[in-house]
Amino acid sequence: MTDLKTAPAAPSRSETFEALTGGTGSSLSGGRRFKDGFSTVMFAMSLVLVTVPLLWMFWDVLRQGLEPVLNLDWWTEPIPGDVVRSDLAGNADLSDLGFDTGETVDPDSVALGMQPAIVGTILTVLGASFLAIPIGILGAVYLNEYGKSGRLASLIRFMSDVMTGVPSVIMGVFIYTVWVIPNGVSGRSAWAASLALACLMLPIVVRATEEMLRLVPDSLREASAALGTRTWKTTITVTIPAAMAGIVSGSLLAVARAAGETAPVLFVIGFTTATNWSFQGGNTTLSAQIYSQQQNGGPLATQLAWGAAVTLIGIVLVTTLVARWIAKRYTID
Amino acid sequence: MSSADLTPLTEKGRGATADKTFRVVTLLSGLAVLIILAAIAISTSVSAWPAVQDQGLYYFFGTEWAPSAGKYGIVPLAFGTVLVSLIAVFISVPLSLGIALFTTEVAPNRLRRPVVTVIDLMAAVPSVVFGIWAFYNLLPGFQSVFNSIADAVSGIPILNSIFGPSSGSAYMSAGIILALMITPIITSVAREVFRTVPVNDKSGALALGATRWEMIKGVVFPHSFGGLTGAVMLGFGRALGETVAVALIIGAVPNITTNLFAKGETMPAQIFRQLSEASSIFRAALIGLGVCLFIITILVNISARRIVAVVDRRVKGD
Repeated sequence: MTDLKTAPAAPSRSETFEALTGGTGSSLSGGRRFKDGFSTVMFAMSLVLVTVPLLWMFWDVLRQGLEPVLNLDWWTEPIPGDVVRSDLAGNADLSDLGFDTGETVDPDSVALGMQPAIVGTILTVLGASFLAIPIGILGAVYLNEYGKSGRLASLIRFMSDVMTGVPSVIMGVFIYTVWVIPNGVSGRSAWAASLALACLMLPIVVRATEEMLRLVPDSLREASAALGTRTWKTTITVTIPAAMAGIVSGSLLAVARAAGETAPVLFVIGFTTATNWSFQGGNTTLSAQIYSQQQNGGPLATQLAWGAAVTLIGIVLVTTLVARWIAKRYTID
Repeated sequence: MSSADLTPLTEKGRGATADKTFRVVTLLSGLAVLIILAAIAISTSVSAWPAVQDQGLYYFFGTEWAPSAGKYGIVPLAFGTVLVSLIAVFISVPLSLGIALFTTEVAPNRLRRPVVTVIDLMAAVPSVVFGIWAFYNLLPGFQSVFNSIADAVSGIPILNSIFGPSSGSAYMSAGIILALMITPIITSVAREVFRTVPVNDKSGALALGATRWEMIKGVVFPHSFGGLTGAVMLGFGRALGETVAVALIIGAVPNITTNLFAKGETMPAQIFRQLSEASSIFRAALIGLGVCLFIITILVNISARRIVAVVDRRVKGD
């Protein structure tokens, strides 16, 4: 209706139209017109209601966390262990209650560093990627090249979808029972966290890769087969390279998801305030630091939490945007 | 010609072994999904067994979760988990459908992509970031809003038990934040579902003089009902398992109450908070929470996916 009204029509036709519709430009009764307009406003409102908190959150996080991140210390220094002591030092309530709040540490002298968590995040996600991405791609190859619509392949496909819906905390509990409990204290490590994150990433990689393999035209496979190439070689040298952009982008999305996870990491990774480049021994990640610094609670700890949030959002958003860019730029149509 | 020549070309020669090996390797990788799911079920159940043995039926039907008193009844935590997820779904569904309809039916083409990107980015924001943002910046506001609502309805019989006094950390706070977090998934599935509505049906309705809203009500909704049910259940499943954000703002008090503004606790939040320090029966009880959560989310997801799959097949017509 609106199109009719706004379209530049010939005068004679427009006059006819006006005559037919009683001059209002529309034959709609008031009630119907109101409902239509109201619904449109509601749709737009729901978008606003969701986007506004999102932008508000980005603004809040940046406002409160950008300052420590811009400092070089953030990237090179260990996590200050005396944060809590410094935060408690000025706490008169605790002194009155008879707690020893320890010697005063000047908050300004504390170097706000987060290197251990940044290293830990990279390490755990790399470990998880090395496990989940190859297995996921090979699994997708089975689904699309061998299993196709067979019973087993359909079951695997369906259960992969279901597995993406399994809460991430369950993956942590799983690794806790099969790795941390049997190995005792030394079981808590970046490696354990990698295992948990790999379980989380696997179904995402499988489904994303399969979608991409499905887009590879059969003529490519047939052309390769016609030249006498074995199926495995066709798959590795023709099919997978053709779908590479989509596979990379799907894997990056899984990486972004894993980097942001806290629940499966916190109780399997142990603890450290010094940078640990090894898969063994206690470690920490940005997400775990956000949670534990929030639990510490003092002003310095809060700054650390916000700073870690900025760093984490940065890593996750950059990975996600790169993934989307690759998908858009290199997709075969 | 010897009989050996009758075997297909693909099954002889040097490459044949490589082909078979590759097939087996891919098959094993594919099976990894099933193996991991089975391993999760078995290993967690075994580790949780001591708690069930110790507590007996109280574990499943006990209404008190008090680790210090050695009481591990999961009902209050299960109640909290479902309550928070229901609040989240109630808030999120209208918003998600609105956004999905906005992008599929209302928005001009050039606005469509940015909207989809924003919603996708929202899905990428880590749960813990939502959590600390809500904890530091929203809880005080929630507290005053909740309390003024509680004051306003304090004289009205049923409402005053639903909207009671609050300290900010509450089922409702967690539900609101969860609603934001599950909106992307419901929106994206709903968008796919709306896109399967035949263009002919929509144009037909418009040609008969229906307004856009009447077309949506008369054509899009009836056609999408099944798919939307699946979308909502997927969101519900996501909400059930959401951990960190809830743990930060729900207040950590296992609590069966009608007061939506009261502190509470959920199963994943309790696991997350306690598992690293817990031992013996407490640890087994926490792992048991994981088993229950695993079973519930698997069931919700299986039904959701089946609904979506059935609708998919009907639309594609095979």
